[in-house]
Amino acid sequence: MIRLEHVSFRYEEMEMRFDAQFPTASFTAVIGPSGGGKSTLLNLIAGFEVPENGRVLIDETDVTTLPPDQRPVSMIFQDNNVFAHLDLWQNVALGIAPSLRLDATQKARVDAALAEVGLAALAHRKPGEVSGGERQRVAVARALVRDRPVLLLDEPFAALGPALRRDMLDLVKTMSQARHLTTVMVTHQPEDALAAASHTAYLETGRIVALRPTAELFAAKDLPGLRAYLGD
Amino acid sequence: MIAYRPSRAPGYAALALLGLALAAGFLPVLRLGAEQGLSGLDPYVFRVLRFTLLQAGLSTILSLALGLPLARALARQSAFPGRALLLRLLNLPLALPAIVVIISIIEVYGAKGWLGGIFDIYGLQGILLAHVFFNVPLAARLILSDLERIPAESWKLAAQLDLPSLAIWRLVEWPAVRSGIAGAALLIFLLCASSFAVVLTLGGGPRATTLEVAIYQSLRSDFDPQRAAMLALVQLALCATLALVAQAWGGLGVSWPALRLQPKRYDGQSAMARLVDGGVVLLALLLLVPPLVALVAAGLFHIMPSALLLRALLTSLALGSASAALAFAVTWPLAALAVRSGAWRKIASIAVLTSWIVPPAALATGWFISLIAYAGLSGLAAFLVIAMNALMSLPFVARVLMPALAQSAEAHDQLCLSLGLSGWSRFRLVELPVMKRAIGLSLIMALILSLGDLTAISLFGTQGFVTLPALIYRQMGSYRFDEAIGTALVLSALVLAFSTLAERWSDQR
Repeated sequence: MIRLEHVSFRYEEMEMRFDAQFPTASFTAVIGPSGGGKSTLLNLIAGFEVPENGRVLIDETDVTTLPPDQRPVSMIFQDNNVFAHLDLWQNVALGIAPSLRLDATQKARVDAALAEVGLAALAHRKPGEVSGGERQRVAVARALVRDRPVLLLDEPFAALGPALRRDMLDLVKTMSQARHLTTVMVTHQPEDALAAASHTAYLETGRIVALRPTAELFAAKDLPGLRAYLGD
Repeated sequence: MIAYRPSRAPGYAALALLGLALAAGFLPVLRLGAEQGLSGLDPYVFRVLRFTLLQAGLSTILSLALGLPLARALARQSAFPGRALLLRLLNLPLALPAIVVIISIIEVYGAKGWLGGIFDIYGLQGILLAHVFFNVPLAARLILSDLERIPAESWKLAAQLDLPSLAIWRLVEWPAVRSGIAGAALLIFLLCASSFAVVLTLGGGPRATTLEVAIYQSLRSDFDPQRAAMLALVQLALCATLALVAQAWGGLGVSWPALRLQPKRYDGQSAMARLVDGGVVLLALLLLVPPLVALVAAGLFHIMPSALLLRALLTSLALGSASAALAFAVTWPLAALAVRSGAWRKIASIAVLTSWIVPPAALATGWFISLIAYAGLSGLAAFLVIAMNALMSLPFVARVLMPALAQSAEAHDQLCLSLGLSGWSRFRLVELPVMKRAIGLSLIMALILSLGDLTAISLFGTQGFVTLPALIYRQMGSYRFDEAIGTALVLSALVLAFSTLAERWSDQR
């Protein structure tokens, strides 16, 4: 479970405040206008930002001051998820050992993860030689071998076409369910939320305005900001 | 945002090393200077200072007087035959070692030269000729890169309004080059004020000596550390002032300006403009071509393979490789911190300019006094030459590494942070493969600078310890000019081979 307790953070002019809980094994989508604080929310959980006040807890452990690599978190970014000069296998292996020195069991885990995301045949290609969708699969495979209980996704599939996006979303959803991951995904596409997320949070000007079961949130009549954001 | 923080320990180690080099150079000089007080500032010191400023000032004015029109001619005549070749020719003097250019100039303008008698090359005229040879191309390249940065729209607008040449200069070109000219002038003045090889070979007498050379003579010929210290203090004050002014001005242009696609210009097509530009180009060719032709023509017949030549070649390569490695090892940790922190950026930018703020001869004076008194020269000579060459190449190494490192930081920091990839693992897996060209380029530039160095080897060299430039100087000194020019051709070939490689890498980056 991820818990943000009275977390406050200032970015330029905007004062953000987050109080929220994301239960273990839940899949939450985060939507809202640009500049509303969606990415900041993820960065606070991942440790790329440190709150001015308040605490961030993951599974009841205070991680507020822990550096990103020591948190039980894997994060998939919109881009720059892979090192262009390392092959796909090495990019995944980095999730186990930053030195790339792996024993036989660890190597087998990398192979298994690549197979799970359908990249076994491309393991020794460079990222420049595969498609954008396949590059994002590398990030997913790396999250698999890292095996951390929290998975954060920051508009990970925004650059992909509709069919690919749906495939990737299914992959992430399956993985997240199979491993009971606590997943938080920032997206601009309501259909992403509807397809994958049990819950959806609506963010606006640095506040979580509502966090409800996905279908309920999209049907809500009491959130004028959300209606405007969705354009109806 | 939590930023990726490289370990600071190597940065502190690099700073400590630089601090040690500076302290060993500066403190003994300061002590000796203070002991003498103002009484040390005798007329001789003032005469040397006056000549230093005079020749540097005249060199700067002459270099800009030809460099600026040359840049303008190259910018507005974008399609004449041989333009690309001329641009490559302008890179040559920057890459060639000073001693090579000097002996080529003597071959052309010396008493027995093809054009002997036009100039009196031993003295001010010769010094100016050599400095202009180096710095006209430098000025032209720096100013040309500013001119080429003028947006295409400006030229379209100027053509539409049918602006006359003078108005184009006043409204379009001058504003674009103004600050660049100031920077180029400062850089050229600084280079000429601390020029060593040129003044040592073409000047040298009491009438035509500069601080840098006078320090060398006090240390190595007259054995007068007091005088050397006094001269070093004056040289230090001069160079530190110039370097800091230049730094405040926005940094010295020490990179090799890259060629880029120039926007189409519509002016400069009148007969008058073509005539003027053609004349300027011809003048530049007259300056640059004869010495280069002389070098190749005379050198080819006088390459005399000998055990000494081979030993000098190997010594040069060994010293050059070691100083390149040292320069890299010092610059890398500073650059890694500087691309991620404003405070470190300031520290690093001053640290890598150590050798410009405290010029080599001044530093050498202190090293001499503090080290050699105890250990003798022969045991330390190689280390001191390596250290000094490394110091001199720091600004160039930093200039290559910093942008590449900044790019890598931008692309990889967040991912490295989330994976816990840092330190040696990160260097091995990320920067080394991603930046291999930039790293190679920085090492080669440092190597080229060391290969051409005459300053450090003259200050610390001994009879049995000879590099190629030192061998050329020695052969010149014993009036074996033919052998000297043969050796110069060998050195040029070596340097040009490396700089061609460097150019290819910098194009592909």
